[in-house]
Amino acid sequence: MLMYVVRRLLQAIPVFLGTTFLIYFMVFSMPGDPVLALFGDKTPNPAVLEAVRAQYNLDQPFIVQYLLYLKDLLTGNLGTTFSGQEVTEVLKRAFPVTLKLVTMAVVIEFVLAVVIGLVSGLRKGGIIDNANLVIALVLSSVPPFVALFLAQYFIGIKLGWAPVTVGANATWGAMLLPATVIALTIYVTGMRLMRGSVIEAQSADYVRTASAKGLTRRRIIPVHVARNSLIPVITNTAASFGALIAGTTVTEGIFNIPGVGKVLFDAIIRGETATVVSFVTILTILYIIVNILVDLLYAVLDPRIRYV
Amino acid sequence: MTEENTVQTLSTGAAPADPTTPLVEVDDLQVTFTTANGDVHAVRGVSFDIYPGETVAIVGESGSGKSTSATALIKLLAGNGRISGGSIKVEGKDITGYNEQQMAAVRGGIIGYVPQDPMSNLNPVWNIGFQVREAIRANGVAKGKKDIEAKAIEVLHQAGLADAERRLKQFPHQFSGGMRQRVLIGIGLGADPKLLIADEPTSALDVTVQKVILDHLESLTREKNTAMLFITHDLGLAAERASKVIVMSQGKIVEAGPSLELLQNPQHPYTKQLIAAAPSLASRRIHSTVGEHLTDGVEGPDMLTLAERHEDSEAAVEAAPVVVKVEDLRKTYMIRRGSFKSDPLHAVDGISFDIHKGTTLALVGESGSGKSTAARLVLGLEKPTDGQITVGGVGMADASSKQLFDLRRRMQVVFQDPYASLDPQRSIGAIIAEPLKVHKVGNRKSRDARVAELLDQVALPSAMADRYPNELSGGQRQRIAIARALALKPEVVVLDEAVSALDVLVQAQVLQLLADLQAELDLTYLFITHDLAVVRVVADAVAVMEKGKIVETGATDEIFENAQQEYTQRLLDAIPGAGIEFGA
Amino acid sequence: MSDRTVEHYVAPIDENAAVEVDKVKLSERRSNLWSDAWRDLRRRPLFYIAAAMVVLVTVAALFPSWFTDVDPTYSDLSKSNAGPEAGHPLGFTFQGADVYSRIIYGAGTSLSVGVLVMLITGAIGIPMGALAGFYGGKVDSILSRVGDIFFSIPYFLAAVVVMSVMPSKNVLTISLAIGGFAWASLARILRAEVLQVKNLEYVMASEAVGRGKFSTLMRHVLPNALTPVIVYLTIALGAAITAEATLSFLGVGLGNVMSWGNDIADAQSSIRVAPMSLFWPSLALTLTVLAFIVLGELLRDALDPKARARR
Repeated sequence: MLMYVVRRLLQAIPVFLGTTFLIYFMVFSMPGDPVLALFGDKTPNPAVLEAVRAQYNLDQPFIVQYLLYLKDLLTGNLGTTFSGQEVTEVLKRAFPVTLKLVTMAVVIEFVLAVVIGLVSGLRKGGIIDNANLVIALVLSSVPPFVALFLAQYFIGIKLGWAPVTVGANATWGAMLLPATVIALTIYVTGMRLMRGSVIEAQSADYVRTASAKGLTRRRIIPVHVARNSLIPVITNTAASFGALIAGTTVTEGIFNIPGVGKVLFDAIIRGETATVVSFVTILTILYIIVNILVDLLYAVLDPRIRYV
Repeated sequence: MTEENTVQTLSTGAAPADPTTPLVEVDDLQVTFTTANGDVHAVRGVSFDIYPGETVAIVGESGSGKSTSATALIKLLAGNGRISGGSIKVEGKDITGYNEQQMAAVRGGIIGYVPQDPMSNLNPVWNIGFQVREAIRANGVAKGKKDIEAKAIEVLHQAGLADAERRLKQFPHQFSGGMRQRVLIGIGLGADPKLLIADEPTSALDVTVQKVILDHLESLTREKNTAMLFITHDLGLAAERASKVIVMSQGKIVEAGPSLELLQNPQHPYTKQLIAAAPSLASRRIHSTVGEHLTDGVEGPDMLTLAERHEDSEAAVEAAPVVVKVEDLRKTYMIRRGSFKSDPLHAVDGISFDIHKGTTLALVGESGSGKSTAARLVLGLEKPTDGQITVGGVGMADASSKQLFDLRRRMQVVFQDPYASLDPQRSIGAIIAEPLKVHKVGNRKSRDARVAELLDQVALPSAMADRYPNELSGGQRQRIAIARALALKPEVVVLDEAVSALDVLVQAQVLQLLADLQAELDLTYLFITHDLAVVRVVADAVAVMEKGKIVETGATDEIFENAQQEYTQRLLDAIPGAGIEFGA
Repeated sequence: MSDRTVEHYVAPIDENAAVEVDKVKLSERRSNLWSDAWRDLRRRPLFYIAAAMVVLVTVAALFPSWFTDVDPTYSDLSKSNAGPEAGHPLGFTFQGADVYSRIIYGAGTSLSVGVLVMLITGAIGIPMGALAGFYGGKVDSILSRVGDIFFSIPYFLAAVVVMSVMPSKNVLTISLAIGGFAWASLARILRAEVLQVKNLEYVMASEAVGRGKFSTLMRHVLPNALTPVIVYLTIALGAAITAEATLSFLGVGLGNVMSWGNDIADAQSSIRVAPMSLFWPSLALTLTVLAFIVLGELLRDALDPKARARR
């Protein structure tokens, strides 16, 4: 197990270097003046322009620029936002809010995926199963921002059951609606995986053997069917993290939740590319970390990986 | 339904069984599967009794309904199957109307079950101890954490796992196939059932392991006076292990009786056919029947009569020129251990053999012996670490790529799995013609003619050329693979477990076809197999492999009658039904 | 053992007469993977509905003037957010342009982004996955590490960065921004499939015949590993349309081009007074994406004989 952890961490190093390089490369290899591009449509004053040039070491050769940028990244020097705030400061304020929203969304997603997938898989071909599949198809086709608008309009404005926007007071309750909407737009993949593995597990040899041992269905379903089916669903949560980030960016923007996504949203809308790049880098690194954690969780759940 | 719907307290204790009343009475059992193409009647009116302490074997080919009949006894049919008629009485009570809860009381405690494939029948995410303990707890054999633990260890000890205490915490993937099967036997017998259903319990294991496990199973059931229902495709195995044999075909019983009598004096034509087709140690080399009676298979080839001809071919073998010469062949793989280390694995460790023109050399070994690697090396699909392979005078080690390409015309291959050896997206004609196209032989028209000719040689209609493999049975696919191998008129054909996946009648038919083709085309075969009984009927010479080395080599009859090495003798002894005379 | 005598039972012989071993039975209709899949698709009503939707969007994209003669760019500020009237069945936008006409003319944008992304994803993902899986070893190590890097940047974020710094924002650049990262998942899926197929015996048989490695890959391995690719690409087409709309909604998509995403973003500000001008383009978007997803799912079922048997 220890070897597995070490190996997994070692694997992450080239990925970390590659992704940061790629992002850096995308920004600074575009035609035209990259610094001007960082300001989007706005014309900055020359002093700010020079500051940015210095921040990105643009007078150095490209590879040196990248290495210096990497050094900044590793020492926690993430630069400043357009309005002159330290990125680390912004992060300190915004991250807990996003973490709250994401945690809620993931928990709801996971419960939906596991419960609906299990029920659907156990009653394959029944009315519940078919209805569930139709709903899943429709939900997976609605673009997240459309879903958010619909929820905001019907539940927030028409019915008045939830605040239309969240604002500074980002409580659990206020974020329930946006978190649920995010969960609804991404639970489908997990639900399908759960349903598929439940169906497969029911005809698996080891489940038949469990029956032959004299176990009752009430024991077999949780211990031998559901337990085994959880593994792909949990792994999928990592894969859905990308969609989750896209989801939080749009969600925090539309519901005005003061998290990392909102900062990114505003920066995108206002064309403050330097800030966009900083936050995309941060989110990507976060994504890599989540991937590592999920792989480790996978090893905990699946003994075939734990004991090589 | 007249059955009372109360949970019955069926006796699970060790009350002395009355040997004169049947433990299980199956009467006119019918099992139906609902499929997309309508109902399939898998079992059609099967009746038999099992008495306490008795071992009954059901023998049949795949699709005969043997496994379905057995799983119907504990009502564990696949989701789309149901008992559509008849009755199953266990200790006098009809269980066909039982609900899941009532069945849970029957399973494990009264009827135990040992499945076929040890690899897939243990849940990979729970450790062995957990899976044994839950069986013990469910059947109420022991109560309390400590007692259950002790019973689990006892059960595994009895099943032959000496170091059970240590292994309880291990997971299935840390066990070998044989060890897992011992665990499954332990679980099956854990609650001291009165009947144990063993569904091909060892067919996934090597013969030597198979024998040890069956011997153990036999002594355990005898000790506890457990009745056993033994499902197998192997007549020899059935006769050796059971006192009564039931032969099934197409969902019906064709013949049933005391095992020795049935094997030596079969009455039904199907049973006769089956017995005649089963290769055994008593069989002899099959020779071509071309010109006598063709392989249309109406009766199926008869190994015993065939064997009586020609026994004098050995001198001829020696005289024929050597076509394939293998010298000190080695293949070493680096196996990763952990993250940074790797250890060498000597898959093939310095083997040498010759094959004479027009003869068959069988390379025999158990799994992991290196025989398949050797085949891949000879075929040039992998590069040897060291050593030389010479085919028709051309050394492969120092051949140019042009020479190697030309060599492929002289040497072809037939693989094991009929369902994986033909590209499902190509028509039969395209599959057979592929070697001709790759080697740019002839034009389209002449290739079509050759395909028709080849189909005829393997006794298939030429209309098959524009069909796809999914329409064919396993045996037919294997014949297509043979036709493809013959397309370029090779001198050497490597048969890598080419008949191992086939049912016995079809296997006999394909073996006969191979013998005919060998005589007609003067082919040289390298026959890779784990099945010694088959070796006896196909090979002129045998090389026995163990752990990458050839331990013994010689003429077939010599090896079978007078094996010099202990390992060879062990393999021979492990062949099921070795000591039984078959009749026809 | 009991001293019961076991009787020797023999079934009536005429009833179970020995049958011909391994008799050849060719069915009337020929069958192979593709014809079976096609037959399966044609039996399903949902297939016709989804296909009709795709055809409809395609025709609208190619010949928008067949559906409306209202100029989508003409705006009459006096009609801002007005409801439906004769000739304008879905009402007007905030700027006073015709909603219906804008939806028709927006179809082309969505569809061309979808198709382009599909082509880009396939053009990069298929060779990367196939070569990595088939050749293994060093080729696999290098290609898979490259794939890991692209896979580790969520493609939405990557597209945001690319579109933020991209000087020209058009259908091609946005498709490159999305497809340039979405291929990594496809490559992973195909690699896994190729790994399975390449160990099948017909692949070894092809090499034993003397066919070269690359030729074997193209002729036997790739065709048999393509099912998940087709499914993925069909669904990816729908996902790309969503991604374009989301990027346009965030203002880093297609600035001045007519697109459903832009229209939804524009209608956002007046959601309280005129929800319908937000609703209609959203519906068009959702139905189009749904059609592609349904097609992908149907193809998955039809091309997988095992799934068909399970149903």
